[in-house]
Amino acid sequence: MATPLVVSDVEKSFTMHLRDGVTLPVVAGVSFSIRAGECAVLGGPSGAGKSSILKMLYGNYAVDEGQIIVQHENGLIDLASASPRTVLAVRRRTIGYVSQFLRTVPRVSALDVVAEPLVERGEDREAARAKARSLLAQLNLPEKLWALPPATFSGGEQQRVNIARGFITEHPILLLDEPTASLDAKNRDVVVELIAAKKAAGVALLGIFHDLDVRDAVADRVIDVTAFAAGKVAA
Amino acid sequence: MTDEPLLRVSALSKFYGSRVGCENVTFDLWPGEVLAVVGESGSGKTTLLNCLSTRLLPSSGTASYRVRDGQWRELYRMSEAERRFLMRTDWGFVHQNPADGLRMTVSAGANVGERLMAVGDRHYGKIRATAVDWLSRVEIDEDRIDDEPRAFSGGMRQRLQIARNLVTGPRLVFMDEPTGGLDVSVQARLLDLLRGLVTDLGLAAIVVTHDLAVARLLSQRMMVMKDGRVVESGLTDRVLDDPRAPYTQLLVSSILQV
Repeated sequence: MATPLVVSDVEKSFTMHLRDGVTLPVVAGVSFSIRAGECAVLGGPSGAGKSSILKMLYGNYAVDEGQIIVQHENGLIDLASASPRTVLAVRRRTIGYVSQFLRTVPRVSALDVVAEPLVERGEDREAARAKARSLLAQLNLPEKLWALPPATFSGGEQQRVNIARGFITEHPILLLDEPTASLDAKNRDVVVELIAAKKAAGVALLGIFHDLDVRDAVADRVIDVTAFAAGKVAA
Repeated sequence: MTDEPLLRVSALSKFYGSRVGCENVTFDLWPGEVLAVVGESGSGKTTLLNCLSTRLLPSSGTASYRVRDGQWRELYRMSEAERRFLMRTDWGFVHQNPADGLRMTVSAGANVGERLMAVGDRHYGKIRATAVDWLSRVEIDEDRIDDEPRAFSGGMRQRLQIARNLVTGPRLVFMDEPTGGLDVSVQARLLDLLRGLVTDLGLAAIVVTHDLAVARLLSQRMMVMKDGRVVESGLTDRVLDDPRAPYTQLLVSSILQV
């Protein structure tokens, strides 16, 4: 089976120059791989480095050591050392990301926020909007909200816009950072269904879920992040 | 997506006597890419922008631009006439103060039309129609077309300046603090407008700003400057989420949370 994502010996620490150059180790020796059609879940207590790992995989955090090998357009790319331009291309085509919080843009409607990743991939705007509508309907976002910018939405409503935006594309790898954190039971079930559909479509998923029911419903395997603890040195 | 950059800058430096304007700046810019240059006043970001747009000649270093026919031209070896032609057609320059980029005593329509005439358009009706179209794209009512920008608010002037720059279909736009000096609500509208135009037109842009939120919203890549040097560069969200250089950490940690 295809393995579109291989992480090997990744290490990350933060150097706080404003605090006399104190170094905060985050993780070390992070090694795992994700197969196509599989959903792996990062496990471990808060502060273990789960989000940091996701952010390194998406290029939001720099990587100190190690490799992140991604299958991208019939080739292999090491994201840990890739140029910004390559990282952007990987985000457009290969790795999708559902963040914990939606970063809203003034004046852009919820519908267009959701459709945007498809438009960026060159899809027709109306076709992208049609897909966005069906996803927002599936996630039970009231139709009267679709034309409004999400800045004033409730946490759960924003989260659903965010999920729709993340799930609308057909990225072969999808990263999920607590996508169900502020959802009610009914919508959590919708997300579980969406994840199942992605798995069936052969997408490799890696997520963080604090909700145990959701985690049990979607996880094929839990990756214990405490195994990658970087030995917290007294700051 | 083409695999050739649009602009190649190598070891660009500008000295004012013994004082450093900007030093040893190197980067490539690809078509459709928005690069933010951030730093506080005096960091050299405006000097860099002025060198790149050939409003200022650097002390050393090179910058090459791929013109429309695919040829690479060295900016500082072009004749004055060639540079002016580039400025009028393939490039745009959005000044912080709209009065620097507009002609304040001719009508809004003429401000937009003038750039079209510079590229050889002569048909009055066509020029006026294009001007109307561009005014509406920057959300200025058609019935203001014969008014002078002197009678416009700051936000409207800035939008007019953007229309004037984009009407010739440039491939590269330089922006110097495009939202500086505007009210926050006006800023948001302008940013949203700029973001939409840049995406729709596939423009490459170099945006100088001291506002990290503006950089986050508009750019994919970012360079942080201090004392004339680039202290950090990379993907915009990487630089802002995981700043590595001491100065970038200071900048990011100084943002006020609302």
